[in-house]
Amino acid sequence: MTKTKEFVAESVQNMRPSGIRKFFDLAANMEGVVSLGVGEPDFVTSWSVREAAILSLEKGYTSYTANAGLLELRNEIADYMENRFHVKYDPKEEIIVTVGASQAIDIAMRAIINPGDEIIVVEPCFVSYVPLVELAGGKAVTIETKPEHDFKLQPDQLKQAITPKTKALLICSPNNPTGTQLTKEDLQGICDIVIEHDLLVIADEIYAELAYDIQHTSIASIEGMQERTILINGFSKGFAMTGWRLGFCCAPKEISHACLKIHQYAMMCASTPAQYAALEALQSGMDDVVQMTKDYRRRRNYIVSSLNEIGLDCHIPGGAFYAFPSIKSTGLSSEEFAEKLLMEQKVAVVPGNVFGKGGEGHIRCSYASSMEQLQEAIKRIKNFIEK
Amino acid sequence: MKLTDREIEILEILEKDALLSSDSIAKMIGLNKDETEEIIKKLQDEKIIVHYTTLIDWAKVDNYQGVTAMIDVKVTPKRGVGFREVAERIYRFQEVSSVYLMSGAYDLSVTVEGKSMNEIAQFVSEKLSTLDSVVSTTTHFQLKKYKHDGSVYDSDQNDNRIVVSP
Repeated sequence: MTKTKEFVAESVQNMRPSGIRKFFDLAANMEGVVSLGVGEPDFVTSWSVREAAILSLEKGYTSYTANAGLLELRNEIADYMENRFHVKYDPKEEIIVTVGASQAIDIAMRAIINPGDEIIVVEPCFVSYVPLVELAGGKAVTIETKPEHDFKLQPDQLKQAITPKTKALLICSPNNPTGTQLTKEDLQGICDIVIEHDLLVIADEIYAELAYDIQHTSIASIEGMQERTILINGFSKGFAMTGWRLGFCCAPKEISHACLKIHQYAMMCASTPAQYAALEALQSGMDDVVQMTKDYRRRRNYIVSSLNEIGLDCHIPGGAFYAFPSIKSTGLSSEEFAEKLLMEQKVAVVPGNVFGKGGEGHIRCSYASSMEQLQEAIKRIKNFIEK
Repeated sequence: MKLTDREIEILEILEKDALLSSDSIAKMIGLNKDETEEIIKKLQDEKIIVHYTTLIDWAKVDNYQGVTAMIDVKVTPKRGVGFREVAERIYRFQEVSSVYLMSGAYDLSVTVEGKSMNEIAQFVSEKLSTLDSVVSTTTHFQLKKYKHDGSVYDSDQNDNRIVVSP
């Protein structure tokens, strides 16, 4: 008898399934769930952006674009990156439009990793980082950031994790799931070590637009860093365009060319209507981004203040749309807390342990929901804790 | 009147949802409840917050009788008081729900609510067009409301996101 499972590659067999999946399955069939488990904006993409995609279809723009994406879009991205984040990239040689930031991370990993290369991953982090490093044949070396440091990577920790095999540091700010934003000073401390050890940085800055107290500093804007940074961003979070699957990566020419080789074989190009939508988003969507950011900021203030009030300690996250409170006071593990909360009060959150080291003892609460939903969720969490 | 950023923020929040408690608003902007209530009271006293209202889709209520008309009114402004005097004479009628001075082809845009088209026709012919300063009127009846004050009636926009996602 054929053992079908044996057809599956060992690397994939050994891959841990996303812990988020379990909660999705649990919550998906329940009625009346208030969800703080969603990692995407509750805003619908601006109408002008949707309209631009419709128009592109009406005009019959349904063929492939250049592998790296529409040049017009890359030009806009270059302007946007320069104006917003003070980093200058050549749209012809250094920018690739990808299928979401996720694909950008994937091609970046595959473009740089030799078998056995070590990639330092800062946890808690987005669930795909470690699997993507491993799929590319690398070894993920994880660093656990601590709540007492507001989940910021400490330069000493980085120093200790570096070995002769270290190739790159993968870092995300503002962070999913902690919301932690690294300031220019924080980044400088990290960059000094990166430069000293001649490492590369893969910077996932998909939440760059969603920074609430101080403006986002791109790691590539720090002196000496652009030449050793693969900068990843996209339209999903800031422009509320998750389902369009449109991201981009910016990197020095040699690395960008390597990424493009993989991209052209594996993907050909990103979806054409989505690229026209993104073009419109950059040309006219900034006002909507500002308005959404304003709303997120108020909701962040509300949820953090409320969580602290009901006894779940929570640092103030500088960006993204997640609060990452400690649930240690309840004596439950993250998974127990999340599962019981869902069953007893019908509130969906994501247990912190699915985001790797340092996540245990915390839950991720997304505040990309209406104030009405947030107030209801807080009420139910309060009931749950008091019981 | 010059307002602080906090005061403006409270106005923006209340304009979207007047039902939010002062406690929630306080948390949203990082003040305490008393400070927030004090600011709201001040804004009310200054008539910057004029009043709170509820948007109702009366079309959904069976047998509800109601017609709305928008009337373009041309008037002769009076020396010294301009358009204000005639605007006042118009908005004092309880049938009138709004009066705006407009640029363009006519002067005042007047919204009138009544139980029937007949009732509104009577109001226009007997009350409005007989005013001394009114030169002409053009009446437009509303047939259906799709969107009002930023809210879509009968929106089919639901939250389609999956419940848990990375």
